[in-house]
Amino acid sequence: MLGVLGGRVYDPQNGIAGEVRDIWVKDGRVVSPEEVDQEQAEIIDASGLVVMPGGVDIHSHIVGAKVNAGRKFRPEDHRGNERERTETLRSGVGGTVPTTHLTGYLYAEMGYTTVMEAATAPLVARHTHEELADVPILDSGAFITLGNNHFLMKCIRDGRQETARDYVAWLLGATKGYAIKIVNPGGVENWKWHSNVSELDDEVIGFGVTPRQILEMLAWINEELGLPHVPHIHGINLGRSSSARTTIEAMATLDGRRAHFCHLQFLSYGEGKGSLQASEAAAVAEAVNSHPSMTVDVGQLVFGSATTMTSDGPLQHNMHQMTRNKWLNDDVESETGGGVVPALYKRTNPINSVMWLTGMELFLLIDDPWRVFLTTDHPNAGCFTYYPQVIRLLMDRGYRRQVFESIHARARKGALLPELDREYSLHEIAIISRAGPARALGLKNKGHLGIGADADITVYEDVGNKEQMFAKPRYVIKAGVLVARDGTVVEERPGRTLYVAPPYDDESEKNIREYFNQAYTISFDNYSIGADSLRHAERIGCG
Amino acid sequence: MSAVVEHVACTFCGCVCDDIVVECEGSEIIKARRACAVGRGVLTGRDSVVRRPTVRGREVEWQEAVGEAASILEQADSPLIYGLSSTSIEAQRRAVELADWLGAVIDTTSSVCHGPTGLAMQAVGEATCTLGEVRDRADLIVFWGCNPADSHPRHFGRFSLSPKGALTPNGRKDRTVVVVDVRPTRTSKAADRFFQVNVGTDYEVLSVLRSLVKGRDVQVDTVGGVSVSELRDLADRMKESRYGVAFMGMGLTMSRGRHLNVGELFSLVAELNEYTRFSVIPMRGHGNVAGADQVLTWQSGYPFAVSFARGYPQFGPGEFSAVDMLSRREVDAALVVASDPAAHFPHAAAEHLGRIPTIVLDPAPSVTASCARVVFPTAYYGIDAPGTAYRMDNVPIPLQGIFASGRPTDEQILDQIIEAVK
Amino acid sequence: MGALLTLITGRTREQAIGMHKGKGSSEYRRATSLVQMNPDDMERLEIEDGSLVQLRTEAGQVELVVEVGSLPPGLVFVPMGPSANVLVAVETEGTGMPSFKGIEVELVPTMSGNVGS
Repeated sequence: MLGVLGGRVYDPQNGIAGEVRDIWVKDGRVVSPEEVDQEQAEIIDASGLVVMPGGVDIHSHIVGAKVNAGRKFRPEDHRGNERERTETLRSGVGGTVPTTHLTGYLYAEMGYTTVMEAATAPLVARHTHEELADVPILDSGAFITLGNNHFLMKCIRDGRQETARDYVAWLLGATKGYAIKIVNPGGVENWKWHSNVSELDDEVIGFGVTPRQILEMLAWINEELGLPHVPHIHGINLGRSSSARTTIEAMATLDGRRAHFCHLQFLSYGEGKGSLQASEAAAVAEAVNSHPSMTVDVGQLVFGSATTMTSDGPLQHNMHQMTRNKWLNDDVESETGGGVVPALYKRTNPINSVMWLTGMELFLLIDDPWRVFLTTDHPNAGCFTYYPQVIRLLMDRGYRRQVFESIHARARKGALLPELDREYSLHEIAIISRAGPARALGLKNKGHLGIGADADITVYEDVGNKEQMFAKPRYVIKAGVLVARDGTVVEERPGRTLYVAPPYDDESEKNIREYFNQAYTISFDNYSIGADSLRHAERIGCG
Repeated sequence: MSAVVEHVACTFCGCVCDDIVVECEGSEIIKARRACAVGRGVLTGRDSVVRRPTVRGREVEWQEAVGEAASILEQADSPLIYGLSSTSIEAQRRAVELADWLGAVIDTTSSVCHGPTGLAMQAVGEATCTLGEVRDRADLIVFWGCNPADSHPRHFGRFSLSPKGALTPNGRKDRTVVVVDVRPTRTSKAADRFFQVNVGTDYEVLSVLRSLVKGRDVQVDTVGGVSVSELRDLADRMKESRYGVAFMGMGLTMSRGRHLNVGELFSLVAELNEYTRFSVIPMRGHGNVAGADQVLTWQSGYPFAVSFARGYPQFGPGEFSAVDMLSRREVDAALVVASDPAAHFPHAAAEHLGRIPTIVLDPAPSVTASCARVVFPTAYYGIDAPGTAYRMDNVPIPLQGIFASGRPTDEQILDQIIEAVK
Repeated sequence: MGALLTLITGRTREQAIGMHKGKGSSEYRRATSLVQMNPDDMERLEIEDGSLVQLRTEAGQVELVVEVGSLPPGLVFVPMGPSANVLVAVETEGTGMPSFKGIEVELVPTMSGNVGS
């Protein structure tokens, strides 16, 4: 039992913005004061301190086949970023692709307690879960990539929606995934033919379906199944100057439907002058503002080292061609693909400067903080350990101005950012880093501190420099246990893996098995993952 | 008990065939349908007797053996944990954890197998795919420095030579198979085109091939005993393929140049992707050596030859790799899990294992076990115990525990040793 | 002074199957105590199929039974195992990987005539 007393609580979900409140915890949950024997409870004196729910990261690449391949091929990124073991804590290496234990520690030390793994190919989902078993503290769930799935595309081609719906339901349960992820729909399949897509109505080779149809089908299925999260979309044309246009088109296509557009910064460019792309954040933000059923996360660029890793095979090859950096690619049979390329973002690079501007502008031009979330698409646009820096940029326009002045002159010329005065309040930061993502994820017990919530609580010292404030919380509590103090992990606890298993017509499994035996090179019976293979599995309901 | 068990996975080689149907009688497997001759031998020939652990050749209780093992490891200044390629992910996770707590060096059989492949991947990257893509799409297959006909007997039939796939409905006829090796093998006999290269010249041949792919002017007529005009023809075929796949093996990793040879091939494959789609898959040998790479990497950041002596992971091929440390006598205690270095290491390294206290976890009596201080006869993963093994293309395959044998698993023993040393 | 040839070591089906019968088994010993040679080399050096030869590298020396094999001239092959281990040196050139293939070897016939099994 625990009491976090006298702090200034920011719990946007429950309408609390800085009032002094006591939070009582029992058996890992927030409870009403009557339920706790206050004499026996451990007391944390939070007077003068800021109290928020534990951070919720809606999109990060932390575990699984692609992440580990990125880890393996970047020994140079690990050196100099080592952490020693202690009596009770494991050693590890950091950099942009930290090892599993260190990932848990670093996020916890920043006050984050829930981190969703952004992309997992179904065929290797077992790897994601096994690797997650070595990530301490954090609760997590895996987004399952479906945007280039052969069975699904065949269903679209043949007009068999119910079959597609049953397949997705089966697949999510089989892979113990949390949500539908869509990455460059159709483009990753086309990459297997050395091609891509560039318009929503381009044809996917060999299937005769379009990216638009894939988006529509998966949005329909998501709704039919009543999944807690919405289709999580990495759109077409990432990184290209046509991206803003096709992003806005994709939003229009899904008008009225619930959807989440991830790392939007990478998909908000337009034609600029000469070879330099321009930020079209204004137009994209306007589109976001006009589609109240949609949420986004920014994927803010941070200058410094990064490792780009996505399921977007053709994009990653383009990154390789552009940067001449070493390149990993992996085509996954019948399902998806992906790649990894190291990156270094510099202020002296005009394109990187425009990318930085684009993210900032999105944050400042999207009106509703409940619909725009803090991410760096870790590790694509920057390492998650830089979230405090991004928070400072949002809260302190003087600092933002300072950084703006340091970026490339060509990017600064005619930029919108200097006119954007807005500063995020603590309340709004609590929304974009906790309450908003939890709500968008459909995690009813996360991102808030009402009765029944998971006791994931972060206590900060309110210092002037917001980067320092958010980098080193005074206390971090996960499931009612103090796991970090003064920015250092003090205790390790295993986290939980959240998954969904929506019902489906049992008859459909026969069809799926038949297809599977032809399409794959492993046995159908060896594909599904049992809940007991997961660390502390928790099923989240649908419908 | 008489039973038929389906979709069993054989863990002998990197194919991890999981379509095996076994027939059991009592605690023996008497038939293993679909398994190749080697897999059948592994499945039907296993030692099913539950044996006690031994210390200095004397049978003891499990607790005593664990205590002895923990004591050896704790007292050592420079312990080495080695092997891990024929055990499950669960055991591999514990082994790395143990190395961390001990401040030990941990190395896997990768260092004498595809370690150089890992080094090449770190240097230049790797464009790869899963085996289903090979079966379904590949119209050009290149086997470079490997001999799957002998080392991975069902590879041809399931993936790379004859199977019918979505875009290869005519099976063998829809594929062109090229083999590059220093001598004819059963694999080269199956090829449409065989390039016999001189020993130790793969690097030069690959280098020339890269130049030819890029349309550069090559000023020699032959390289490595192969004619450049034939290589030009190969370069063209590669560029014109719909989807090409190269498989590579010990011919590159074990020859002069090692990781530089592999790096040339990986660079060639990456460059071919300017023109068409091309992938490369390393022919991983043991059933779960790919898994060992994965686990060691996700916990330490590095795939093999890792030292925790400083309290954090350090990567040191050549420094912390087993053959080097043993031959320089820098190890004073060894824990060997699921591997037999005494049988496969160069003599001057293997013999050091006999000089130091060695602990072995292995289901079968290995050569290493015969001179070990402590021997734990553990369960056969995938037969006596469930687990996971990662196929050569990194697809994780669940393993069944067909029998509820009385043998403890590697992970159970490692857990006990961890508890004892912490 | 014997003939200077190049040695490669590696897997064979027989070695793999013998391994699973047990590394003490006669199948394994037989499968790993041989050296395959190019027939023209054998003729040139007057070595008969089945005879005993001594192989010596910088790492050590071992006596093996000769078997004719499909190898280019100048190349000999020994299956991985106890015999190969004597011949392979521990130098890994900073990679962790010893030189298992492409080793300079001196080959000397020991006794003429076939060896019993």
